[in-house]
Amino acid sequence: MSAGGAAILAADEHGGAAVHYAAASGAFSLTWLLIALPLAGAAVLLLGGRRTDRWGHLLGTLTAAASFVVGLVLFFGLLDRSGDDRAVSQHLYSWIPVNGFQVDVGLLFDQLSAVFVLLITGVGTLIHIYSIGYMSHDPGRRRFFAYMNLFLASMLLLVLGNNFLVLYGGWELVGLSSFLLIKFWEYKPAAATAANKAFYMNRVGDVGLALAIMFMFSTVGSTNYDSVFGAAAADVIGYGTITAMALLLLLGACGKSGQFPLQAWLPDAMEGPTPISALIHAATMVTAGVYLIVRAAPIFDQTQAARTVVLIIGAVTILIGCVIGCAYDDIKKVLAYSTVSQIGYMFLAVGLGPAGYALGIMHLLAHGFFKAGLFLGSGSVIHGMDGEQDMRRYGGLWRHMPITWVTFGLGYLAIIGFPGLSGFFTKDRIIETALAKGGTSGYIYGGVALLGAGITAFYMTRLFLMTFHGKARWEHDGPEAKHPHESPATMTGPMMLLAVGSVFAGGLFVLGSSMQNWLAPVVGEHGEAHHDISPAVVTALVLVVSAGGFAGAYLRYQLRPVEAVARPDAEVSVVTVAARRDLYANTFNEVVAMRPGQYLTRFLVWADNVGIDGFVRGSAAAVGGLSGRLRRTQTGFVRSYALSMLGGTVLVVGALLLTRAG
Amino acid sequence: MSTAPWLTIMLIVPAVGSLVVASLPRRHGTLAKQLALVVSLAVLVLAVLATAAYDPDKAGFQFGQSYDWIKEFGVSYSVGADGISLVLMLLAALLVPVVVLSSWDEAEEGRRSVPAFFALLLALETGMVGVFAATDVFLFYVFFEAMLIPMYFLIGSYGPVEEKAQRSYAAVKFLLYSLFGGLLMLAAVIGLYVVSADQLGTGTFDFATLRQLEITPGVQKLLFLGFFIAFAIKAPLFPFHTWLPDAGAQSPTGGAVLLVGVLDKVGTFGLIRYCIPLFPDAAEYFAPMVLALAVIGIFYGALLAIGQRDMKRLVAYTSLAHFGFIALGTFAFTSQAGTGAVLYMVNHGLSTGLLFVVVGFLVARRGSRDVSAYGGMAQVTPILAGVFLIAGLSSLALPGTNSFVSEFLVLVGVFTEYRALAIVATCGIVLAAIYILYLYQRTMTGPVKDEKMRLVKDLSVRERVVVAPMVALIIGLGVYPKPLLDIITPTVTATFADIGKSDPAPTAPVAAPESGGRS
Repeated sequence: MSAGGAAILAADEHGGAAVHYAAASGAFSLTWLLIALPLAGAAVLLLGGRRTDRWGHLLGTLTAAASFVVGLVLFFGLLDRSGDDRAVSQHLYSWIPVNGFQVDVGLLFDQLSAVFVLLITGVGTLIHIYSIGYMSHDPGRRRFFAYMNLFLASMLLLVLGNNFLVLYGGWELVGLSSFLLIKFWEYKPAAATAANKAFYMNRVGDVGLALAIMFMFSTVGSTNYDSVFGAAAADVIGYGTITAMALLLLLGACGKSGQFPLQAWLPDAMEGPTPISALIHAATMVTAGVYLIVRAAPIFDQTQAARTVVLIIGAVTILIGCVIGCAYDDIKKVLAYSTVSQIGYMFLAVGLGPAGYALGIMHLLAHGFFKAGLFLGSGSVIHGMDGEQDMRRYGGLWRHMPITWVTFGLGYLAIIGFPGLSGFFTKDRIIETALAKGGTSGYIYGGVALLGAGITAFYMTRLFLMTFHGKARWEHDGPEAKHPHESPATMTGPMMLLAVGSVFAGGLFVLGSSMQNWLAPVVGEHGEAHHDISPAVVTALVLVVSAGGFAGAYLRYQLRPVEAVARPDAEVSVVTVAARRDLYANTFNEVVAMRPGQYLTRFLVWADNVGIDGFVRGSAAAVGGLSGRLRRTQTGFVRSYALSMLGGTVLVVGALLLTRAG
Repeated sequence: MSTAPWLTIMLIVPAVGSLVVASLPRRHGTLAKQLALVVSLAVLVLAVLATAAYDPDKAGFQFGQSYDWIKEFGVSYSVGADGISLVLMLLAALLVPVVVLSSWDEAEEGRRSVPAFFALLLALETGMVGVFAATDVFLFYVFFEAMLIPMYFLIGSYGPVEEKAQRSYAAVKFLLYSLFGGLLMLAAVIGLYVVSADQLGTGTFDFATLRQLEITPGVQKLLFLGFFIAFAIKAPLFPFHTWLPDAGAQSPTGGAVLLVGVLDKVGTFGLIRYCIPLFPDAAEYFAPMVLALAVIGIFYGALLAIGQRDMKRLVAYTSLAHFGFIALGTFAFTSQAGTGAVLYMVNHGLSTGLLFVVVGFLVARRGSRDVSAYGGMAQVTPILAGVFLIAGLSSLALPGTNSFVSEFLVLVGVFTEYRALAIVATCGIVLAAIYILYLYQRTMTGPVKDEKMRLVKDLSVRERVVVAPMVALIIGLGVYPKPLLDIITPTVTATFADIGKSDPAPTAPVAAPESGGRS
């Protein structure tokens, strides 16, 4: 009470908007359970070892589901409160107190964290259930569930923290969970390398986030949301400082969300088991960057410069993801680049400022459903095809796995923005708002987003047709023969539920602008945009462009046969070759960072040995070949040591006598 | 309780224990181990009790005792504890039993005397407690030098059996470096005595009296350098570090843990305990140089660690980077950075200590320190790999582990005073991720290197008992570091306030530093 009051008073003195969080009571005093449940699950499974093998997956699923139930209870509790009283803060304990630097572990359950809690625990629970089937033959299944529980706890800490340092804790811990799960099959060198790459690139982003927090403390004297946002809203932070803060936060967001220029780790992360690709590398963790920007809306609101950078990164990433998504034949890689580009849409949306924050979150939630569904569907296909991930080796699978076909198909229609499905509503709004931004830049952002919608329709149709339609291109006989089959109910059940979400979520969010109104207290009013081009025209444009993308893919991959082997680089266009090489992002990283680093390291190892150490050895030898002589016999050396002690003592005594005499 | 002579008892117990263990005949190896374990556990209990009796809010030294030793020269046996020395004694008291238990079988190799090994460990413990407890500068010097002797023999006589030449070389190098620094410090100690005799009429080595002296800036600079170089070698800071990789690689595991975990902390401890309060003007004058060396050390140590093939050398170089962070925090003169630096000393002892222990376990299974001799160990020894990863994550300062708290405090504290330096230093966290995870990747992941390795056993019960408390502390102090911070903060704040330093105020404060919805 007192603390919140102080924040309001102080903010009012500056004439800015007050940031007020109510103290947690009643059901909200159980907010910590959201995190504690999966954390306890992880602890039991990791410490219990093989003893918990038999029921570990059940416990893991149970804690995830329990956390979801707690989330639902709290969500309905929030609904019962009045609009401006829907931010509930729970103080847990004092974490790092050093004089002026006082950081507590505290949680904030508000409109924004509530939707994330439901997404994380809801989709998380479904993917736990799916994994029971998917990982049923894996000897490490218990460990897998332990890590997934650890991930849930970390991700919930990230979205629930009520200050930036707790968020940072969750931020790095989701990085750890992601690392552990990417390298889950760590006997595969590729998996281990991908895990390390993900951690390194994330750490580059983390430097940004850490520095942003340091800026906050040295400017505002606190890392708490209410203090920082109060100061930002009161406009007492200099433009340079607040822009630096925003850009550093953005660096963190780019690392976690696989946005340009830190996108290269995300496709490699597909080395992890497919449920992980769905949960962490599509639906939840990689969208944390979007959460961070929306959470820090009061900061971004103050700096047009930083928002412009967000927009540019979003636009560039949309195109990067789309272009590369067209070139890969590995089903998971295509979906991964699709994720990169869809998060680009979210960045573009939140870069638009108050008009777009809620749109970004809506697309994030819709994407959480359809992309998780698509990944689980791809997992079902991979499962049925004995681990084959090359779409050129698929074809005609609709007949063999009808449930996967239908659920995957709905997710596919949702992502390309088929009228009435989730993606249609959420993506359309983003393009509309970008165009309505005004000025030439508005047309550029809107145009890129529109173009992206067309390319998305192309590569997703390509993926869908190559997988489920056309002629079967897998071996029917011989040792390599495949026997595609539908997956068990633990796997298809979650896929069906996610398909339902893919169909209806978007419509629910836009109905009466429900999501925008819900989030307004956190991110500010979205206001009425001024449309140069009427929304109906934009919608029609999007549909035409998407239909064009669809038609292109249909002509190429349905009406003409698909080769079972990709054509060599020499026979395809320069663009395709570049796209197959991830637009040379890895080459760039290698040439600019890795190689020079390796040379520098080698040089330093050499220099340390012959340079510094050599200098010391040389001078020691010069002082009378001491080291050589001493090395010969230990007894001789001990004598020297005693002698030097004696010498020291004589010196002391001498000095003392001298001073006495003086 | 608080009047009990805790520190003197903590000195006598291991000293007597060492003598008793040393007097055992060689065939009573097991008895020697058991005795050493009991004695070191007793010291740990004493240290915990002393910590409980310590009142953080009281200024000055507690548990103080002072007896004349060489009256003519103003030398006294004076001991006392403040928040900084107390947590370091606690660290030393914790690591010795861990080391005793982890070295249980190590000393059996070859024809070495088991009782002598454990007697050396206890002698070292005496020295470590003494060096932190001393409040007489001459007594400090005596302990500072005395610690060298058991460490010298631990490296020279108990290092890798088949590498006799290398381990003698490493031992001698360690000793020569330390002696050189020690002699410089001795000169400075005498200088202090001379100044005190000049100003007070009678010379003294009493720390509390010495810090009241008004020393002219020129003399301060000379004396500062005498102490600083000794500490910079001990810690070590770049470019005084080249003894460390050799000593780290050639020490027996237990020796390496104590060497890097505690002995090196005497250097960083000396910086904040002696260099800054005794020579404030010189400390301020040399601060930019020290900060520059610190930042160089962070990157230099990290890059060299990445390039190492010998696992123990690798861990030694990571310590060079960590000592960079500690020195950075110490010389930024803000209470956050200083508190972070002291907490870092404790945390580094835990994380690097555990890293050395686990690497030791691994080496014991294969007989090679070469990274390329390993691969896929996570399949064969999953618990060992897991503990290795936890130690590594602490070393790279992941939130949730102890080191994050100290590293972030250092960085944020430096940031408020030296923004650019903090920005550069923060980039070092990327390299930390690389040196740890690259090592993990090469040793623990991938296919099993060699079919013989499949027969290797995972951690034994004894080994699990060794690592369990370390893992618990690494996570416990990451989640709830407040007890230690409450002890350290007042002493550090007072140290800096004494030389006229206070934390810079935030530039645009909105709320008074408040603790977030506590209601």
